[in-house]
Amino acid sequence: MLGKTAGSLFWMFRYMERCENTARLTEAGFYIALTRSKSAEDEWQSIIKAAGMESKFETLHDTYDGPSVINFLLREKDNPASVRSMIDLARSNARTARTALTREVWEAVNEAWLNICEALKKPVTPKGLPEILALIKRQTALVEGALQGTMLRNDIFDFARLGMFIERADNTARILDVKYHVLLPSVSLVGGSLDNVQWETILRSVSANRSYRWVNKGAISPKSIANFLTLDRSMPRSLMFCQCEIAHNLGHLNRAYGTQHESQTLSEALLNSLQSQTIDSVMAQGLHEFITNFLRQNQALGAQIESDYSFYA
Amino acid sequence: MDFFDEMLDNGAPRESYASYHAWYESQDKKLLKRKMTEAEAVFRRTGITFNVYGKRDADERLIPFDIIPRIIAAREWARLTLGIEQRVKAINAFLHDIYHNQEILKAGILPSALIENNDAFLPQMIGVTPPGKVYTHIVGVDLVRTGADDFFVLEDNARTPSGVSYMLENRETMLQIFPELFSRNKVQRVNNYPQTLRQSLEACAPKHCTDKPVIAVLTPGIHNSAYFEHAFLADQMGAELVEANDIRIRDKKVCMRTTQGYTPIDVLYRRVDDDYLDPLNFKPESMLGIPGIMDIYRAGGITIANAPGSGIADDKAIYSYMPDIVRFYTGEKALLRNVETWRCSDPDSLKYVLEHLGDLVVKEVHGSGGYGMLVGPASTKAEIDRFAKKLRKNPSNYIAQPTLALSTTPILNKGELAPRHVDLRPFVLVAPDKIITTPGGLTRVAMKKGLLVVNSSQGGGTKDTWVLED
Repeated sequence: MLGKTAGSLFWMFRYMERCENTARLTEAGFYIALTRSKSAEDEWQSIIKAAGMESKFETLHDTYDGPSVINFLLREKDNPASVRSMIDLARSNARTARTALTREVWEAVNEAWLNICEALKKPVTPKGLPEILALIKRQTALVEGALQGTMLRNDIFDFARLGMFIERADNTARILDVKYHVLLPSVSLVGGSLDNVQWETILRSVSANRSYRWVNKGAISPKSIANFLTLDRSMPRSLMFCQCEIAHNLGHLNRAYGTQHESQTLSEALLNSLQSQTIDSVMAQGLHEFITNFLRQNQALGAQIESDYSFYA
Repeated sequence: MDFFDEMLDNGAPRESYASYHAWYESQDKKLLKRKMTEAEAVFRRTGITFNVYGKRDADERLIPFDIIPRIIAAREWARLTLGIEQRVKAINAFLHDIYHNQEILKAGILPSALIENNDAFLPQMIGVTPPGKVYTHIVGVDLVRTGADDFFVLEDNARTPSGVSYMLENRETMLQIFPELFSRNKVQRVNNYPQTLRQSLEACAPKHCTDKPVIAVLTPGIHNSAYFEHAFLADQMGAELVEANDIRIRDKKVCMRTTQGYTPIDVLYRRVDDDYLDPLNFKPESMLGIPGIMDIYRAGGITIANAPGSGIADDKAIYSYMPDIVRFYTGEKALLRNVETWRCSDPDSLKYVLEHLGDLVVKEVHGSGGYGMLVGPASTKAEIDRFAKKLRKNPSNYIAQPTLALSTTPILNKGELAPRHVDLRPFVLVAPDKIITTPGGLTRVAMKKGLLVVNSSQGGGTKDTWVLED
């Protein structure tokens, strides 16, 4: 396969994953804003922070009011990470990698692009928001479904999945970090009822509030939520799950190519360090320090994959 | 002017259309209108779009698709094919001659000025013989019809003819929305084109190539107007779709950068113009090209399809000599007719053209896409005067032809049949030992009443083209 094609597959699925995560994040913000009696600006700000877009947002807007945040996240043309910008990038990468995709996957991406752009043509009102978020999640799920259902399990599939899980690990880690930074400014609030509502929002933003309850039989504690999102193997958006998948796809690639690359070494090291941790050891070193470290390693892994497989000239 | 209607003769369907026409008459017209929308949705979903240069917001457009097929009888097609193959054979022989002994110039059939001062003639190709002596591997011959037995060649596309993906997708779409039509009418298949193209290109692989040749399609990239077609063909042939920055020259081979290192390419189906192919040999500022590929090519290390320099054969000034060219190389009279053509470089012709601008179509010698031309009968006095000025300033840049009474076939317009002008581009594949013409081709149709220009850049649409079985 061409290095360029591998790169386009990798980034196409990163952008699709980021679209989906941004929709989930917006949903979390919306939910908490609805359940608030007074101004929800702090929460909206934390959402922007989770997306890593604070400085960009502040160059364009003065206040973190709901409608501005929603439109910034979903449709602002000047925001390169808005859903609209990212679905454009995802499709343009899909066009470049067109020969590597089945007709089903290409059509799913093309339809996602058509439908999402159409839905985001006009400013989004709170009333119309749930429908649009549902549309974004449904369209991205269709792409993943087409990938699962129609693509050969070869190197093409591996590069697509690598992009998806590098991005997902990054997103989950960032969401957790926001909890540390913004939602939990004061230690005295830990364990209070406000704190629990905010942790629930975190779960909701990765669509995990229901599954968390199944796994944990209803009891909500910050520690068990942190465990669920970092080290739980059964949770498809946890850091552990994502790194297991990455190791699996890299292993598959290396066996198929008969090579051993630096990225595989990095991936194994990252997975080993996750596996050697317990949530108590994570909390002991500090959740924020743990996440900062993880984000750095995950990013380095992504960059190493790009260079090992000659994505760029 | 009277126009030949391909479907109806005094209200009654012509023979090739009889079965289709009976079906059409039995259809609910509202339903047909709905099928039209359905077809459009298919095109949009599959992303079959083309880019229009210089239009920012509408940069991806659908080419209008009409659901009434154009139908050609087996007998008519058989005659056309003979003419097409004769012409393509002559074009290949002409290209070989012009880059070698230039017998045709020595024989005085063609003035040498026409070659010497021509930008499409590449001195870098002198003395080069591509594998199998094939210069133009994929040819599009543009035909127009003016009567039951009257077909004319409007132009030859020996460089990089496009549109074949529309021919294939039009058929796919018709099969999807009207499956019943294909059991009632025996239509010759077109969907084996990509496989035939692959085999044809493989047959032209360089001599050193003993294994299955590695084939790649070279595209300028996703912003090119025909990118969809480049991706489509690569996909269907199982070839790689490459851009210049995917390619490096390594150990005197043209190689592509893969996830497992550099792999040599044997046959490059390029959809990049000559000028942009190699910045070392042609335009130095080109970012689309591969530095040094011409040197590897000349040394026989790679096959380039179509060969650089093939464009000299579809130059519009050369076109006017095509009947002589066919006779010179095949020893036969040309089976397909040329449209009468005045070369404005000739003072007598120029005088005639200037006096009759209102009746003529004037084209730039190197123009394409319906740009830079004058359709006399459809132009205002002021437009004609303006064009006359340009013509006087640089006469050798223009040719003129009479306005042809192009045939019409009906399109579905507001639920009714309405005649519109059409042309036809059959696609011809050339291998060392055979020439294959895909039955049918791309029919382009002017969607506006009375309009004689059918190019997609001028709002023209397309329709499925059926060649019936005997």
